[in-house]
Amino acid sequence: MAKLYSETSRRERVNKNLAPKEETIKFLLDYSKALSVIDYNKMKFEALLN
Amino acid sequence: MENCTIPDGLLVTQYMKGNESALCELITRHKQRIYSFIYSKVFDRDVAEDIFQDTFIKVIRTLKRGAYNEEGKFLPWVMRIAHNLVIDHFRKNNRMPKFENNDDFNIFSVLSDGSLNAEKQLVKEQVERDVRRLIQELPEDQKQVLVMRMYKEMSFKEISEQTGVSINTALGRMRYALINLRKVIDKHNIILTN
Repeated sequence: MAKLYSETSRRERVNKNLAPKEETIKFLLDYSKALSVIDYNKMKFEALLN
Repeated sequence: MENCTIPDGLLVTQYMKGNESALCELITRHKQRIYSFIYSKVFDRDVAEDIFQDTFIKVIRTLKRGAYNEEGKFLPWVMRIAHNLVIDHFRKNNRMPKFENNDDFNIFSVLSDGSLNAEKQLVKEQVERDVRRLIQELPEDQKQVLVMRMYKEMSFKEISEQTGVSINTALGRMRYALINLRKVIDKHNIILTN
């Protein structure tokens, strides 16, 4: 049988169940927990507290 | 299952009030859609991962600062952020294009580190030592011209002036010096390669 050299179309490739890595999600949740916004005289300061 | 019934808007409000698990639910709920959207634009898992992360960092910062207004829906807002970051990525990439290797062509087959590694450096030094020793075996007049030409990088005009012979004689001595060197190398099967 003839060999197919064509790749799957981009659309097909995207349709696979794509999801970000678990560590990315964990990083975001940790970042959220660590981020603290402090209000002072109508100004907002961000602080990352580990 | 209970969480599925909570609208995004309510989860956002809860998160802004300090409920961290609301963010977890929002990410879990929309991660596939947002990630697929980004991937469909960039076609690179690592880049998609970075843009996904940057998108949610923006989301988190905006929500924590209380700068989010519930005019629109949460998902379209996040998608807009992701879309803008994808555009930023392509703008940056246009300024500094990234070359990706594939199966057909590897850039490192063309680009190589020109400097010698330790082994090759040793071999080079050995070869140079051997050549210097062989030169010592040449007749004095030939040796003199060869040393002036190769090691002192003098022109044949300068050599002829310094040695008091014509340019043609200097050229002839150089020629015989090289012929004699080759003869000795062949005769003794000396290998001078790096």
